[in-house]
Amino acid sequence: MLGVVPASLFFVFLSKIPVVGRGDAFKEVYPWLSELGIGLSFNLDGLSLFFALLVTGVGALIMIYAGYYMRSYQKTNRFFGYLVFFMAGMLGLVTASDWITLFMFWEFTSISSFMLIGFKHEKTAAREAALQALLITGVGGLALLAGLIMMSLPYHSFSFEAVISDPQPFLQSSLFVPATILIMIGAFTKSAIFPFHFWLPGAMQAPSPVSAFLHSATMVKAGIYLLARLHPVMESQELWIYTLSVFGVVTMFVGAWFALAQQDLKKILAYTTVSALGTMVLLIGTSTAYSVTAALVFLLVHAFYKATLFMMAGNIEKITGTRDMNQLGQLNRYMPVATVISLLALLSMSGIPPMIGFIGKELMYEAKLNAPAAGNFILLTGFLANAFTVFVSLRFAYGVFWGEKQGFKKQPHEPDVSLLAGPAVLVFISLLLGIFPNQIAGLLGPAFQSILPGETLIKLKLWHGFNEILLLSFLTVLLGVVMFFCRKAIIRIVSYLNGNYFNLKLSQRFFAGIDVFLNLTKRKTAVVQHGYHRFYLMTIFIAAALLLILTMPAIDFQFDFDLKFNGLAFFAMLAAIMIIAGSIAVVVAQSRLVALIATGFVGIGITIVFVLYSGVDLAITMVMVETLTVVLGAMVVYHLPKYLNYSGVGSRIRDGFVAVFFGFVMGFLALQTSKPTTITKISDYFVENSYTKAFGENIVNVILVDFRALDTLGEIVVLALAAIGIVSLLKLNAQKKSSR
Amino acid sequence: MSLLMAILIGFLYAVSIYLLLRRSIVKLVIGILFLSYATNLMLFFTGGLTETSPAFAEPISTSELATASDPLPQALILTALVIGFGVAAFSMVLIYRFYKESGTVDLDELSEIEKS
Repeated sequence: MLGVVPASLFFVFLSKIPVVGRGDAFKEVYPWLSELGIGLSFNLDGLSLFFALLVTGVGALIMIYAGYYMRSYQKTNRFFGYLVFFMAGMLGLVTASDWITLFMFWEFTSISSFMLIGFKHEKTAAREAALQALLITGVGGLALLAGLIMMSLPYHSFSFEAVISDPQPFLQSSLFVPATILIMIGAFTKSAIFPFHFWLPGAMQAPSPVSAFLHSATMVKAGIYLLARLHPVMESQELWIYTLSVFGVVTMFVGAWFALAQQDLKKILAYTTVSALGTMVLLIGTSTAYSVTAALVFLLVHAFYKATLFMMAGNIEKITGTRDMNQLGQLNRYMPVATVISLLALLSMSGIPPMIGFIGKELMYEAKLNAPAAGNFILLTGFLANAFTVFVSLRFAYGVFWGEKQGFKKQPHEPDVSLLAGPAVLVFISLLLGIFPNQIAGLLGPAFQSILPGETLIKLKLWHGFNEILLLSFLTVLLGVVMFFCRKAIIRIVSYLNGNYFNLKLSQRFFAGIDVFLNLTKRKTAVVQHGYHRFYLMTIFIAAALLLILTMPAIDFQFDFDLKFNGLAFFAMLAAIMIIAGSIAVVVAQSRLVALIATGFVGIGITIVFVLYSGVDLAITMVMVETLTVVLGAMVVYHLPKYLNYSGVGSRIRDGFVAVFFGFVMGFLALQTSKPTTITKISDYFVENSYTKAFGENIVNVILVDFRALDTLGEIVVLALAAIGIVSLLKLNAQKKSSR
Repeated sequence: MSLLMAILIGFLYAVSIYLLLRRSIVKLVIGILFLSYATNLMLFFTGGLTETSPAFAEPISTSELATASDPLPQALILTALVIGFGVAAFSMVLIYRFYKESGTVDLDELSEIEKS
């Protein structure tokens, strides 16, 4: 039923094909932070439409397939939730028309991919694979965001149009190189390009519909989409062309190589997907009319056959209980329809007429023959990779549907109609388009224009006549077949080489790296968060003192230095002596009671200062507070153990230094504040209005109960809370005692 | 008298920091008390030292007010005093409970208990 939504969207997008060439098919802008030029904006151009059709079209078929496939699973509602979430994210990604929107949806797809890979979360392998995919695509996403922001800086706008219509400010900016590299890292992680390719085979832990949809047909193409989107900006940049070509070629070859000796059907498909993604990156990097046409056609072709094959792999696993090639064989007897569908898809994958895969491969060869740089090398690796693909397809077909008969646990039978419908439709379209390829020219044309404006799409045809390209195709198939006949030797050699020389195990390395990182952060935490409150406090005080010194204006020593000893000043001196003596007593006291009484003594000294300098209300309150504090303290101290000196001499001296330093800084701060200022005082308002508006003579009191009455209410609440806290702390004690 | 006051304030801060850095939780609490003393005195000092002229608003004469003490810092200190008392009372009862539960007044020992 869920298939209805993407299907209807598919038809909506389909109806847009005729208008999309005009460039105003669909445009939506929702401003958000308009000062920063951030908002949601969408635009449907040729490239977007191409991908949108792919997402919704394949999506609809996958939904139908998954509806039956997932019946045996638990919590399928969650599964479909993630799947729809992904589809929305992917649609947003391909229709976005500014970089921030694109990035946001980019992350949506990463997260939904994580959820879907880890759907069988009770399996450790699935959880690890999901985490690995998330971390890699997540790091790539961050790199992408940084790159996109760097790219947009010269424009003060994040829209595609700004940079695409006028790339020069970006190309000339000093951030061009870092921005380009970061963006490419983003695209490479998403599209599983070497050396980030290893998350994709791991992602095969996901249920088959997910592998078919996210990890072959759509999500991994997001990186390709981004590269295609940026192509008009970068097409003449050497950094761009060479990086894409090199990484594309390497990925194309590495993927095909590792596909050779795999036994797991889904792993085989995953590695050929890696190879295909590398091919697409290479084709975009080559940047000719041929290569871009080839990239688009191949993208479509690949989505069709790979989604089909993943669905078929899922069907086979469902029916026989295994997807290990060694345990499969002779399935053509039990499931003839499935066999035919799979064979057609494999033909398309091998690039054999009349499937559309053939056209894709012809175009690829043509593009490589016309490649400007290092053409021969690219042609050779491409030829080998294609031959490997042919070999893998043959192995797949023979090993699963013919080969030796195996004893199955369950009697195999034809998969359910709804499990075959999706693959059948895709294969049928592949066949149809292979015969009438120009039916999609209307779709590919505008997409092509978005990538390579100014040139025209190469005309697609099934038959090119006898030329070198056809010869190449023929040789590819021939090499694949020859390899197939010596498959035992080849598999042994490849396995040997993989085990001994190409034993990269990037996935394990990745997790080892994560472990190292976690240990590092643990150690860092142990150092910074040591758990000793004294050192936290010390850090805070030293930092505060240093910051205060930094912010203090140039210190001048023009202070009022005269100490008077007559009149009030005499009493002030006495109070100061009282305070200092009391403080020293507190520090050196060996008895907690003495310390407490000395504290009270200091409090009374401060009270005297308040009295002397016109703080009458303060003095009254202070006397009460001090008395209560000392009484309460005495009651508590009575229950505590003897006053002990825990610290050694060294730490005392150290703490003394910190304390004196902080004291000095605060003293200086006090002197600074004592200087007369010309700033209008807030208190003037209170002085003027105290009697006239609030009818109170004592201005301090009026401020408390009238002007700042709400603060005072808050203060009362704090006191009440403290009282409740105290009572509950004491009550808790009583209850515990009684329970004992 | 500014210098005397500044010395007093700096001295009180130094004592407070020293006490806060001790391992004994009782000294920690006394350190908190001293921190509020020092800060209150600082606030009071920023209002300027005015001798024998509390901030009272007379119905008639407004000329005298110019020389009266600044009421705003005093109002703030008053609030701080009362809150400070709440904090002191609560923390004292808290150390009492702390000792009853943990059997120690040494904060480092507490860290080790937590770690093990």
